[in-house]
Amino acid sequence: MDGLDTLKAKYLTAVAGASDESALEEVRLAALGKKGEISALMASLGKMDPDVRKAAGANLNLLKDEIDAALRAKKAGLADAALDERLRNEWLDVTLPGRPRPQGSIHPVSQVMEELTAIFGDMGFAVAEGPQIESDWYNFDALNIPPEHPARQEHDTFFMARAADDARPPHVLRTHTSPVQIRAMTAQGAPIRVIAPGRVYRMDMDQTHAPMFHQVEGLAIDRDISMANLKWTLEEFCRAFFEVPSVELRFRASHFPFTEPSAEVDIRCSWEGGQLKIGQGDSWLEILGSGMVHPKVLAAAGVDPAKWQGFAFGMGIDRIAMLKYGIPDLRAFFESDLRWLRHYGFAALDMPDLPGGLSS
Amino acid sequence: MKFTLSWLKDHLDTSAPIEAITEALTDLGLEVEEVVNPAARLAPFTLAKIVHAEKHPDADKLRVCRVLTDEGEKQIVCGAPNAREGITVVLCKPGDYVPGIDVTLGVGKIRGVESHGMMASERELELSDEHNGIIELPSGEVGQRFVDWLAVNRPATVDPMIHIKITPNRPDALGVRGVARDLAARGLGVLKPMPAAVIKGGFPSPIGVAIDADLKTKGCPHFAGRTIRGVTNGPSPDWLQQRLKAIGLRPISALVDITNYFTYGLNRPLHVFDANSILGNQLFVRFAKSEEVEALVALDGKTYEMRPTMMVIADAKGVESIAGIMGGEVSGCSETTTDVFLESAFWDPITIAATGRALKINSDARYRFERGVDPAFTLAGLDLATQMILDLCGGEASDVVQDGAPLDVSRAYKLDPARLISLVGMDIPEAVQRKTLEDLGFTLRGDMATPPTWRPDVLGEADLVEEVARIASLTKLQGRPLPRVSTGVPRPILTPLQVKERQARRTIAALGYNECVTYSFIDAEAARLFGGGADAVRIENPISSEMTHMRPDLLPGLLRAAARNQARGFADMALFEVGPTFAGGEPGEQNLLACGLLIGAVAPRDPFGSRRAVDVFDAKADAEAVLAALGAPARVQITRKVADWWHPGRSGAIGLGPNVMATFGEVHPRVLQAMGVKGPAVAFSISVAAVPLPKAKTPTRAALTLSDLQAVDRDFAFVVDTKVEALTAVNAALGADKSLIDSVKVFDQFTGEKAEAQMGVGKKSIAFTVRLQPREKTLTDAEIEAASAKIVEKVSKATGGTLRS
Repeated sequence: MDGLDTLKAKYLTAVAGASDESALEEVRLAALGKKGEISALMASLGKMDPDVRKAAGANLNLLKDEIDAALRAKKAGLADAALDERLRNEWLDVTLPGRPRPQGSIHPVSQVMEELTAIFGDMGFAVAEGPQIESDWYNFDALNIPPEHPARQEHDTFFMARAADDARPPHVLRTHTSPVQIRAMTAQGAPIRVIAPGRVYRMDMDQTHAPMFHQVEGLAIDRDISMANLKWTLEEFCRAFFEVPSVELRFRASHFPFTEPSAEVDIRCSWEGGQLKIGQGDSWLEILGSGMVHPKVLAAAGVDPAKWQGFAFGMGIDRIAMLKYGIPDLRAFFESDLRWLRHYGFAALDMPDLPGGLSS
Repeated sequence: MKFTLSWLKDHLDTSAPIEAITEALTDLGLEVEEVVNPAARLAPFTLAKIVHAEKHPDADKLRVCRVLTDEGEKQIVCGAPNAREGITVVLCKPGDYVPGIDVTLGVGKIRGVESHGMMASERELELSDEHNGIIELPSGEVGQRFVDWLAVNRPATVDPMIHIKITPNRPDALGVRGVARDLAARGLGVLKPMPAAVIKGGFPSPIGVAIDADLKTKGCPHFAGRTIRGVTNGPSPDWLQQRLKAIGLRPISALVDITNYFTYGLNRPLHVFDANSILGNQLFVRFAKSEEVEALVALDGKTYEMRPTMMVIADAKGVESIAGIMGGEVSGCSETTTDVFLESAFWDPITIAATGRALKINSDARYRFERGVDPAFTLAGLDLATQMILDLCGGEASDVVQDGAPLDVSRAYKLDPARLISLVGMDIPEAVQRKTLEDLGFTLRGDMATPPTWRPDVLGEADLVEEVARIASLTKLQGRPLPRVSTGVPRPILTPLQVKERQARRTIAALGYNECVTYSFIDAEAARLFGGGADAVRIENPISSEMTHMRPDLLPGLLRAAARNQARGFADMALFEVGPTFAGGEPGEQNLLACGLLIGAVAPRDPFGSRRAVDVFDAKADAEAVLAALGAPARVQITRKVADWWHPGRSGAIGLGPNVMATFGEVHPRVLQAMGVKGPAVAFSISVAAVPLPKAKTPTRAALTLSDLQAVDRDFAFVVDTKVEALTAVNAALGADKSLIDSVKVFDQFTGEKAEAQMGVGKKSIAFTVRLQPREKTLTDAEIEAASAKIVEKVSKATGGTLRS
């Protein structure tokens, strides 16, 4: 048996000493190959006595397995070492920038319009639309602003050119989203709940005014909708939109030709440290105009004021966007400065919804 | 509308503090814009008395005074020559801010003697320029607030000025009395009775009045006046001048100041003619002549040409006044005026508004007449003003001359006390509702309410509700939940087009574009470059030459934005807008476009060489991505029929038959140059509404059929003429065996000089791979060969090309 031990020691040493796969293969062939030393010994077993053969065979098999295992282990070790060596050479400077991906953005006006839609949609308001070049009837007359009404002058209206042979009064660029009230009621009748966000135009340009801006109109008509419902609706809206636990609104009597009674609505806020906080503090900030739809407006849209009543409100979308997101300058909304678009814009997948919170 | 507190108190008996008054005004709908309160800066100062004064031990001109104050006796060092025992003074204590010297006082030591405050001069309190000594008051108690003493003894010095915003429906509040009436109805005091003046004329007016028949029914139902002779038109008294100055008016002369006083005090504009400048013995109220252009130099020194729709007051020589708007310079009053004719009339608001607008005159008279003055107050106002002229200027008044009669504005509406609950949601007892209306001047008979003559805005039952709610205060209104339209989960509310608009916007942003919102109106040149600029879409009164025409396309706005960003140093950009364009000037001639613009490179420089210039196929890929998001069918036609602001060789339209859904390509270099954009620039424009809505009305998808059989890919390369389009080859290949061919994809093209050198002049090669998908059994070589042969045949026929060997 000493022979086998010697053999074992010889090959295990050889296995351990093999420096690469080919050297290891040579060892394998020398030991276990067809003409290998151990294979030869196995072949010689046939010539032995059966009794001796049994014991010698078992020992030889043991030796064979042992060397085979050593060969495999060494092979795996060599492969690992080779991989480690390769990986050592595969070093990259991972502080290099990643491959560029374009980063788009959504304009705050679009984002806020979707926020409005999410909130009012939940309260059952559909989204109505109307033309931006509007007849003076829809923009004024139907809203109880007859031609010589002083309120018309206060609207700073843009007029469309009128051909000399066209006797109709000139069309206007809608000065508010209120004409959509008329169009929506005319098309749908009552009851109705709609909001109408969109572009409006006034001839006004200074630090705080742009000749185009965005408004959202709200309209709810039913048998018994009251101004108290209006107040609740606006409270709920403001609470949800500004994403604060509670808000306080103050209704102030005012006048709009198309509502009666009319109220300007202020929201409680603080300006502590120059930072606007909605829902707390001692200041009031005017945020919108509202009221109960004037009977003449209902009648103009073909809705019987003896049977139906309800509220309407109008609010500046750019303005509430500025308040909510701390955007300082209205005119910058329309200048398309890439720095501004990227800073104040929203990610493409940042779609406002109520379960996830509007701005989260 | 501006007025002072003391002016208000002429009409309102109230002890309410100014803060309560201003808060109530805003709440009543008479929004306070500004309060200038001179008393605010004098608030800390109190009255005190010098009980002992002696010379300062170390200074000849200083006195050490013991002063009795509300906090006991104090020692004050004073340099005023009149500081002496026994006089009542105004005390400023340590900690007080003294406005005239801009100093907050502390306890001082003057030449070794402690001084606890100061006694003020008029200049130090900004009351006047007087600084010869400290204020010595003839009355007042120690500890009394100085402002309270001033309020009683020199009220004008502490009279707060209140500026309120008047909504167009409230002409009555354009007079102080109307404001007072609202406050009284709110419970902030009692409206004082209107003083009545009945003037007995001493002689017949030498100047008569006559309203032309054309005007009597509408333009001027009532015109009254009288001559006052022997007046002296000097400066008006101090109290009147101070009131006018406080509200920003310049005192001119007693006669002019009186008319302004009535304009602001009682919303009763008047006009005073110099009687001696009137030719003839009659003033005519008529329209301006149509046969000749009548002109007038008005009181503002400007010449106005009167149109035949404008009302004038004329004498025998011509127009003397623009009725209800502004008087003429010639017939105006001066210091030498001795005889005047005082006019009080009612003018039709609509005619006044039209005239004022046409002449661009913004006068206090126009402002009031176009909103509506009280038609029943014409004569009473005339008498009150006559009385004031007689009081301040002397003279003798004639009988009243008048034509027409006060406009009858009587009307009544039913007061339904329950309306307040149902419309507003406030519960107010009927008796309170009735009292509110009566306080506002309404007359109630049974359940019918007649509005006062000064409230032209009250035109229905809803107005009665509004008045009651307004006076009761809307602040008290409690919100009440708006019932849901339906119980359960809310239904979707957006229309399919609205959904598509959102999808377009979000998809384009996801592709890396920054959304812009640009103006709907653009300059004429840009509009013309994009097929617009017609008169139908021209704005009659643009705010600037950059904003004269409604945009025919979104590209000009984006290109202008790109040029501005290039000027700021940005070379690469991806901008987009989703918004309306205007094909014509009628309502509804409006289309919704989604437009993207790429300029510069697709990526910044980086170590991997990602940077390359944007090209047409970027724009095309983005357009296709958006169309896919909008649910457009996969099979579309690409044509070269595009508008002329696109590069003619590098642009295309994506359509379904005649329906063009999108255009993409390079923007025409000439357009870029005209718009000041450094190109090239590629873009796409999608007509959102042109993308058809999916036909399927169910969310269920078509069944997915997967084949277990191996697909076979075969590549083909064809030599074709350079202008043969790849799509021709692709469609021909697809048509070779519709059941077997799953897809055809172009993977290479070989064009240019090298290609022509190999394949001949005017030739190129296009290569595509065809995927054959067997459905029932694996394809044999023979089947594959047969399909290939068919593809070669079809493509050769369609393109005129040959298989590249």
